[in-house]
Amino acid sequence: MQLLNKRPESLLDVKMHYCPGCGHGIVHRVVAEVMDELGIRERTIGIAPVGCAVFADTYFNCDMIQGPHGRGPAEATGIKRCKPDSIVFSYQGDGDLASIGMAEIVHAAIRSENITVVFINNAIYGMTGGQMAPTTLIGQKATTCVDGRAAKQAGYPIKMCEMLATIDGATYLERTTVHNNSGALATKRAIKKAFQYQMDNKGFSMVEVLSMCPTNWGTRLDNPSEATKYVGESMSKTFPPGVYKDACAADKK
Amino acid sequence: MYQGIRISGFGGQGVISAGVLLAQAGMMEGREVSFFPAYGAEMRGGTANCSVVVASDEVSTPIVSDPDTAIVLNEPSLAKFEPMVKPGGLLIVNSSLINTKAKRTDIKVLYVPCNEVAGELGNAKVMNMVALGAFAATTGAMSVDAIAGALPKVYKKLKPEVIDLNIKALRRGAQFKAG
Amino acid sequence: MADKKLMKGNEALAEGALRAGCRFFAGYPITPQNEVPEYMSWRLPQVGGAFVQAESEVSAINMIYGAAATGVRCMTSSSSPGISLKQEGISYCAGADLPLLIGNVMRGGPGLGNIAGAQGDYWQATRGGGHGDYRVFVMAPNGVNEMANFPNKCFEVAYKYRIPSMILADGIIGQMMEPVEFNTPEVDTKSLKEPDWALGISKGRGKRIVKSYDLREGYLEKMVLARVERYKQIEQNEVLYEERQLEDADIAIVAYGTSARVASAAIKIAREKGVRAGLFRPITLWPFPKVRLAELSKRVKKFVAVEMSLGQLVEDVQLSINGKAEVYLHAKPGASVITAEEVAKTLEKIAKKEAKEYAAVK
Repeated sequence: MQLLNKRPESLLDVKMHYCPGCGHGIVHRVVAEVMDELGIRERTIGIAPVGCAVFADTYFNCDMIQGPHGRGPAEATGIKRCKPDSIVFSYQGDGDLASIGMAEIVHAAIRSENITVVFINNAIYGMTGGQMAPTTLIGQKATTCVDGRAAKQAGYPIKMCEMLATIDGATYLERTTVHNNSGALATKRAIKKAFQYQMDNKGFSMVEVLSMCPTNWGTRLDNPSEATKYVGESMSKTFPPGVYKDACAADKK
Repeated sequence: MYQGIRISGFGGQGVISAGVLLAQAGMMEGREVSFFPAYGAEMRGGTANCSVVVASDEVSTPIVSDPDTAIVLNEPSLAKFEPMVKPGGLLIVNSSLINTKAKRTDIKVLYVPCNEVAGELGNAKVMNMVALGAFAATTGAMSVDAIAGALPKVYKKLKPEVIDLNIKALRRGAQFKAG
Repeated sequence: MADKKLMKGNEALAEGALRAGCRFFAGYPITPQNEVPEYMSWRLPQVGGAFVQAESEVSAINMIYGAAATGVRCMTSSSSPGISLKQEGISYCAGADLPLLIGNVMRGGPGLGNIAGAQGDYWQATRGGGHGDYRVFVMAPNGVNEMANFPNKCFEVAYKYRIPSMILADGIIGQMMEPVEFNTPEVDTKSLKEPDWALGISKGRGKRIVKSYDLREGYLEKMVLARVERYKQIEQNEVLYEERQLEDADIAIVAYGTSARVASAAIKIAREKGVRAGLFRPITLWPFPKVRLAELSKRVKKFVAVEMSLGQLVEDVQLSINGKAEVYLHAKPGASVITAEEVAKTLEKIAKKEAKEYAAVK
């Protein structure tokens, strides 16, 4: 028998609590593979959010900290300023980053903190049971908008990459998906680039990953393609994947 | 020995630096001292005032609500601080800018044309030193020399010739000693 | 004398923290503590430290949460409303057993209140302040010299017991200038050992996790109880207080910070009028010197809490004395200036049995 692929060293062999069809596991693996490939595991400090990824501190095989809801970029700032040789990443969900932690993410970008943010956008509050997120699509159902999000009552989904792209201090912003193989590979390329930029002291980078939440979307759990289809066909329309800013690429021209 | 001082005027008249200078001089003379500025909202609108205590025993509160001496450098300060001076205390009035006469008869009032004197010395900025000179000479709470000695400690970046000018202003002010 | 330097309270606090090894500061402007971040902004880079003006007090405390997790001595400061904003973060710091220093230069409250000096945050500081079962080591300086020298003790205790520490001052102490003498040598940060819980380079050791949660059944209780054991040690080893003229006193004033200064002057006035009063000044507000107060209550039969708040400190006095002596209250809330004369009057009233126990003396 031949071993074709193994668990990255940066990911521990522990049972994850994520639901079937959830995208977090894919993104965890991608981040871990990138740490392995860049050889930075032993100098990386990761930040776990409040939300479904709260247990990320037990999954990654690097120093980890878990802190208050939405404050990852502030924690990252304190860590990086004290340990400039460390590689610091903040792993955040959409409620964490785009709602309660909006000030922290925006100002970390403004200061161009030399950190990497991995932002999982699944358009719903997962951990608390399916409430409307700041990124919930117009018409999308949630437990706090049972007839679907109505703009008049609950406003519009926030587009973080587009918004942060207006900030001078943001170095690299890309949106990807993990609903299919090519998306996952693009996510890995983007995350690797973001970490590389940090290693090169280029400043603030964020990769927004459109991800599935079959449990709280109410899609059929025995048919994961319903959820991946939602990412590919609906979410990607509101949140088009692509590079929103790459200050270093512009430098090269 | 206890001397509670209140200094008040427009921002830019050197109210705060005069207060810090007195505290520094008192400290160098081995006294217990405190300095307390009016801050925040109180200093908006262009007025400044501060409290200084120079004493032989430890200072309880740094906020001087009934000063032994009030030094008022502009008109609004006279109205505000004249009533607060302790009976038998001293009120130094900058007569260059204040035309009103003090009303109290139970305190010593000393009129000093601080701006004119400073102008004669060639720099209107040293008007606060003229007032401090008069204060030191009249109260004896500290010597003019002590204030002069404190100058380089408080104004670390001042050129020697400017320090000298400040000392001149102190000595001119000391000639306004109230009897 | 040559070593004495005239310093502003807030600047003394900043310099004192820096000399005690502080190498990271994050804060947000609020009166009357602005000189702390202002001073740190130019002073920290001189010693290889870092300063960040945060976007909010919330962000500032979380920068400190991250910084403290790396084992670097760090500090944030604010004034009352800003300290309220920091409470979630302080709770996390306590829950993750992180040592750090918080400066609270209190102003009048509640709400926006005013910017004058006050002591209305006593409950908040001594009861934890945020959510959950935890404590913060709290020191109350009575002037600029203690502002300069307390940070060293705070870091020492914070690191020894892994607990957040706080210096609880007020606008008067923050804004005033007084002579300062640093009574301990400057800490050489290179000589500080990296704690065995600090995040950083994990080469040659296992990964480390800094966190305040444990969702497994029964585990959070264990975590909290282990912490409480350390709290007990702090209560045993780290209580600080000052006593003045209590040897022959019939009445003991209990007061801290600015109130204690005023109380000293009041005692002088009262003694001239034949009222034998003395001062008990808690220097650590948590742990509160309750054992010593209980001892004193065997001899002194009248206590009066003098505070620039509406009967907060008095509750700790009552709890300590536990009915063994009369307890009175001289309270001045709303950042009003407390004067020696009015406190002396209160002492006279108590001596003449004209004061009502447990009620604010008018």
